[in-house]
Amino acid sequence: MTPPFIQFKNIKKQFGTLKVLKGVNLSITKGQVTVVIGKSGTGKSVLLKHIVGLIHQDSGQLMIQGEPLDRLSKEKACRFKNKTSYMFQDNALFDFLTVYDNIALPLKETAQIADPVLQQKVHARMKQLGIEGIDHKYPSELSGGMRKRAALARALVTDPEVILFDEPTTGLDPIRKNDVHTMIKAYQKQFGFTAVIVSHDIPHIFDLAQHIALLDDGIIIFEGAKQDLLCSDIPGVQAFIQGKNSMGHE
Amino acid sequence: MITGYIEAFGSFFSCFAASAGRLFLFFVSGVHQIFSPPFQTGKVLDHIWFIGAKSVFVILLTGLFTGMVLGLQGYYTLVTFGSEAALGTAVSLTLIRELGPVLGAIMVTARAGSAMAAEIGVMRMSEQIDALFTMQIDPVRFVFTPRLLAAILSFPLLTALFDMVGILGGYLSGSLLLGINEAVYMDRVIHSVKMADILGGFFKSFVFAVVVTTICCYRGYYSHKNHQGAFGAKAVSLATTSAVVQSCVCVLICDYVITSFLV
Repeated sequence: MTPPFIQFKNIKKQFGTLKVLKGVNLSITKGQVTVVIGKSGTGKSVLLKHIVGLIHQDSGQLMIQGEPLDRLSKEKACRFKNKTSYMFQDNALFDFLTVYDNIALPLKETAQIADPVLQQKVHARMKQLGIEGIDHKYPSELSGGMRKRAALARALVTDPEVILFDEPTTGLDPIRKNDVHTMIKAYQKQFGFTAVIVSHDIPHIFDLAQHIALLDDGIIIFEGAKQDLLCSDIPGVQAFIQGKNSMGHE
Repeated sequence: MITGYIEAFGSFFSCFAASAGRLFLFFVSGVHQIFSPPFQTGKVLDHIWFIGAKSVFVILLTGLFTGMVLGLQGYYTLVTFGSEAALGTAVSLTLIRELGPVLGAIMVTARAGSAMAAEIGVMRMSEQIDALFTMQIDPVRFVFTPRLLAAILSFPLLTALFDMVGILGGYLSGSLLLGINEAVYMDRVIHSVKMADILGGFFKSFVFAVVVTTICCYRGYYSHKNHQGAFGAKAVSLATTSAVVQSCVCVLICDYVITSFLV
């Protein structure tokens, strides 16, 4: 049996005395859209940051195609990280660079690419995301939706195999939210990347999800398909979906 | 009671050791990246513009008035011994050996060092440094190495400018205002300054460039790890303040240590 593409095995993480992850088990399948839902402050972003190495677990193992990430050879770990993009909740665009330079940065800094090819790749992504013609603008001059798209263009420009989305629709109006979801769905279909989306945009995010995990109080209390989630009788699941505060202690 | 003191001391010492270790690794990593291709020529030039060219005015101003004050104070001290003719020697050697490199470094710290700490601190708080990491771009190479190289090239040139303008300031107050013979002043300047003095001053400015840039960039880079547990704007403000204070103190300590070896 093929091991999951990314697998969390009993991952625990605490900051000072605050236990954030209390033994997370989660499997992410290659080429699928996995959505991690849960209340604010339950550690969804912390979970995601483990995959790119921004945060290291206190105990447990993060497996990449069956091998522990911390024991992968330098070459394999590097290859995995090169194929992974991360889209931050607040976009993390470089405010001192123009939109063009922001999108071009990962290619400029990590790949020896001739300028015409670089321009072509960047402009192609900008066109696909409907942000052409704003090359010379700075992120502060853009609307929230445009910034999101610029951040997505930067995440896509390296042709990644895995994209991690940390609450991609935070702060957007319903129309823009829908646009971002449609965009992720369309590009995932077009490029076939593995997507892990952290969100609490319920129920809209379910349209994207092929696999859903519900994180509560530091553990995954549900993992499965959308249909299974909707009829799950696990305590707290239905209350969370319906927006009733019966889970945890928040 | 005693265990409380021991615990507090232990905690302070372990924090200090961890911070010193991080600073050392940060510096080594930044220096290592200077020699790793592709070289960041464009970024280095941008930072030379910011650290060097944009500091010229403040260096000219402080250099001129420092030299003028030295001329005034030196004249009234030397005249009591009847040796006011030695003013050129006093002004030039004081500037070239000590004040040029030290005051130059402190002025650049105030102007560019604080800006470095704040800029990198904001990058840390807005996850831009994390973004670099996720893009497989070495954040230390991106934020620290070009600034370090630019400072190493800029500081000695700014020091030379400070020295020249300071000597001119001494001439203005000593010769034009207080009446010391111009030829005597310039003759003393020319004959009392040795190449070893100039090289010593340049060596100091090189060391100060490394110290100031490393501390300022380090403070910004680790602005989220402060002993007060502050975050956001408060953390950036703490990083900027501590960067400037620590840089100035370290410049003065290094000045004493280098001088004790050079003398």
